[in-house]
Amino acid sequence: MSVDRNSFETVIGLEVHCELLTATKLFCGCPNVFGEEPNTNICPVCLGLPGSLPVLNSQAVELAMRIGLALNCEIRPSSFHRKNYFYPDQAKDYQISQYDEPINSNGFLELPDGSRVGVTRAHLEEDTGKTTHVGGGGRVHSAERSLVDYNRSGVPLVEIVSEPDIRSGAQARAYVSELRSILVATRASDGKMEEGSMRVDANVSVRPLGATEFGTRCEVKNLNSLRSLTRAIDYEAARQIELINNGEEVQQETRHWDEDSGSTSSMRSKEEAYDYRYFPEPDLVRLAPDDAWIASVRESLGPLPARRRAKLVSLLGGSPSGPEMDQVLATVELDLDFLVIEAAKAGAPAALALARASNEVASNLDALRSLDPAAFSTTVQMESRGDLSSTQAKAVIAELMSTGRTDPVAVARDKGFEAMSGELIAQEVAKAVSEAPQEWKRYLSGEEKLSQFFIGKVMKATRGKANGKDVVAELRRLSASEGE
Amino acid sequence: MKLSRSEVVHVANLARLDLSEVEVELFTEQLGLILEHATDIGALDLDGVEPTARPVPQENVMRQDEVRPGLDRRDVLSSAPAVESNRFLVPRIIGEEP
Amino acid sequence: MSRGLPLDAFTIASEVRSHERSARSVVEEVIESIERGDSEIRSFVSLMAESALKRAEVVDEIVANGCDPGRLAGVPVALKDNLCTKGAATTCSSRILEGWIPPYDATVVEKLRDAGAIVVGKTNMDEFAMGSSTETSFYGPTRNPHDTTKVPGGSSGGSAAAVAAGFVPLALGSDTGGSIRQPAALCGVVGMKPTYGRVSRYGLIAFASSLDQIGPFARSVAEAAALYEVISGHDERDSTSLLKSEQETTEEALTRGVAGLRVGVVTELLDAMAPQVVSRVREAADALGLSGADVEEVSIPELRYALSAYYLIAPAEASSNLARYDGVRYGLRVDADDVASMNAASRTAGFGPEVKRRIMLGTYALSAGYYDAYYGQAQKVRTLLIAAFDKVYERFDVLVGATSPETAFELGAKSSDPIAMYLSDVCTIPSNLAGHPAISVPFGSGEGGLPVGVQVLAPALHENEMFTVGAVIERAASDARNVGEAAT
Repeated sequence: MSVDRNSFETVIGLEVHCELLTATKLFCGCPNVFGEEPNTNICPVCLGLPGSLPVLNSQAVELAMRIGLALNCEIRPSSFHRKNYFYPDQAKDYQISQYDEPINSNGFLELPDGSRVGVTRAHLEEDTGKTTHVGGGGRVHSAERSLVDYNRSGVPLVEIVSEPDIRSGAQARAYVSELRSILVATRASDGKMEEGSMRVDANVSVRPLGATEFGTRCEVKNLNSLRSLTRAIDYEAARQIELINNGEEVQQETRHWDEDSGSTSSMRSKEEAYDYRYFPEPDLVRLAPDDAWIASVRESLGPLPARRRAKLVSLLGGSPSGPEMDQVLATVELDLDFLVIEAAKAGAPAALALARASNEVASNLDALRSLDPAAFSTTVQMESRGDLSSTQAKAVIAELMSTGRTDPVAVARDKGFEAMSGELIAQEVAKAVSEAPQEWKRYLSGEEKLSQFFIGKVMKATRGKANGKDVVAELRRLSASEGE
Repeated sequence: MKLSRSEVVHVANLARLDLSEVEVELFTEQLGLILEHATDIGALDLDGVEPTARPVPQENVMRQDEVRPGLDRRDVLSSAPAVESNRFLVPRIIGEEP
Repeated sequence: MSRGLPLDAFTIASEVRSHERSARSVVEEVIESIERGDSEIRSFVSLMAESALKRAEVVDEIVANGCDPGRLAGVPVALKDNLCTKGAATTCSSRILEGWIPPYDATVVEKLRDAGAIVVGKTNMDEFAMGSSTETSFYGPTRNPHDTTKVPGGSSGGSAAAVAAGFVPLALGSDTGGSIRQPAALCGVVGMKPTYGRVSRYGLIAFASSLDQIGPFARSVAEAAALYEVISGHDERDSTSLLKSEQETTEEALTRGVAGLRVGVVTELLDAMAPQVVSRVREAADALGLSGADVEEVSIPELRYALSAYYLIAPAEASSNLARYDGVRYGLRVDADDVASMNAASRTAGFGPEVKRRIMLGTYALSAGYYDAYYGQAQKVRTLLIAAFDKVYERFDVLVGATSPETAFELGAKSSDPIAMYLSDVCTIPSNLAGHPAISVPFGSGEGGLPVGVQVLAPALHENEMFTVGAVIERAASDARNVGEAAT
């Protein structure tokens, strides 16, 4: 079957739910923590006991405003509604959410490629409890019974709804990555998709190129990673295009993404859509942050990822390579750019600091708190001066992070990482050359890449103490002298 | 305002109530009468009148983000109809979370 | 008519504080009199004998140590069974909450304890406070102590009857559309609904959240005022709790007199009422005039829309508030194959017909396509009504009218006619919609010698003017009674 995909445009709007990094839940004083024993963080309010009443957490409002301001939203007087539906993880059988008066509206997010995605709204609401399905392979449909844990019930969420401005799975991915960077940068959320603290639903439709009206959209749920987001959108767009090319119509419905089969399937049609019977939550009063509060939140917002990336780019001299740009994105997203900036300030080469931050530090984020930024920049400087080989520098960084030590020079000494003298290097290189006469011949005949082979041999013999650059220099010197 | 039987059945579903045939008949009639009584306010022209959701003038009532002691799990689970592995047990769920 | 302790709350508290009487003996006597005398009236659904005696001992010990247990020291109080009591069953007189033991106390229960009062039991009510006769209770009806063939009114009929019968000097109820004032009127006691937000709703099992207020029952205005003072005040656990505090105590208000006060007699709160009820309200208004108030009749036409607005707003909020009774976390569960069927089976078995009727009505009023026509329109009527009150209160300090259109009616008289039952609240509903305070004070009798209540309405936060006027009406009623007795 021939599907003319190129004559269609995909239109995507995203709904992103993120859990806020507050100490307590949205409407009660229970701890907002992940991974506790079931039903241990509960109280009359988040369990929906008769007679309990919600009281709004001011820090959740503050974090919601941070997100709104970072997304260029207007902050407006707002209110809470009840969204009524029965589901066992919904303790009151209604969710307290913001409906026609969200706290944040009319914003936009600029992506690293310069494109802009409108943000319709970013509103506060409470999370549900968590359901575990028993029997039938743990799937909701086939399970024999389900078990409910209300620890997550009432955890504060901000739902960020984009305009249908996104045109591809790749752009959707860029939007979610950028959003995640912003959430982390503003310390509003940890942005962990795997733990469910950031959840994405996609509204996908297609239309012939040049059309001005939107096609019928489907909402795709269960997107648990950036990879499933792009795959699901690409699959769903192709499915819709195929339907249209076959003369069929796209039905407005909610579809479930299955990561294993790589396809979406219908969850419920529009006819089965819920009637949520929204009405103003009478147990809460209006929320109208005053200008002073908004201003103080604006002031407390540090520089946002776009500006922080620009800073790193300028430290790199303005025109980073492709791999360097990836490192810039990762470093800012993981909130590690301060290390690079500090190292550069201390005189270390920015590119090397960036490489160490985006690889060695990034791979061990749990130990970041023990890493002294000054010690990090000293280590990078030692490496760039040749006092440490790259292998040694990596080992020193690992040691600094695992022990919390702040003295890289002493760490290097304790590990026996004294820089090798030129004489020793020459000895080791001569030994390596004599042990591999064939390879040496090929090197001499111009096979430059064999220098890696000799570096490896010398490294092995010196247990990584030698500096690769020094080895290459010695090889060159030796070959030049033999050629004489 | 007359209500249809099917509307009553639909509303009962939304409200998670099983109504007998007799109850459907009775509610169709009674709810119709009550809504009939409400036609007096339906006839008022209230365009431009702001609705009142709650009779409290105050705004911005909030609490500090401080942990407060919660409930003991044993107490809570002991009054639950069914429990397994320290969780509330329910029969199988048909349909996904909205 | 008193079947229990004939003492008032002030006498008990002062005797307990001065060692003349022990709190324990008070509680023992009260429990004994309820066990002996309540079988016919059935004002209580459960007694808390053990915890009450324990509490009484604590109060006695405080007194023995030379300390003050509070202004209601040793005073027995009954609670409507929709107020959460830690460790003691709280049912809302509904099967769906049968056996449920709250793990926490309502704020008012804490406040009572702090004042030295002793909760002796929970009183019967219309199921989830939906009704005007206390007949929709899962535990069967409460009867009016003045005539046990009559209803006590509702929904706080158990609390009203318990005070009227003399079992306890004080009780708490809740008032969503008149559920304190109407039974107070029908049982011949004082019942008061505070300004919305004066008393914390934390621990009050919600019926209609934007209308519900907890309030006192007593045999005198002064005792009701004292109990109101004890239970009111800001509570950080209720977002709608008011911050503003009272400038003067109710005690000053009770003795101030009505000279110069502007009193409006509301036409709409007299129209179409039973003739003897109208006569009593007019006599009470005359008495206020004789005491120096400026009394004038005033019409507030917008009040005619209150009933319709109420019977859309209250069921709508109730349909949401009562969704949580789904058989998952607490209360009744009726097993079924899947969770939705289990929810429905539990709710169907657990709720009585009136509760189902209101859930149906409220669900419908909020459902897609009808919201604007019903719930939305009703909320606009609420705005209209508040504006109308505001305008009238430019000319008047308080308003008076009937509390109930008629005296206590026969059991079963309105059970099959919801609209007739709903009309019982026509005089009380406007104050709930506006969030204003109002009190019902007994004033003489009507048909069959049954009590009549006169209602005093005041603007938001003006409880004291209401108490001032209520106290004068009370005195006039007592004078009239004395004159009547002297004449015979």
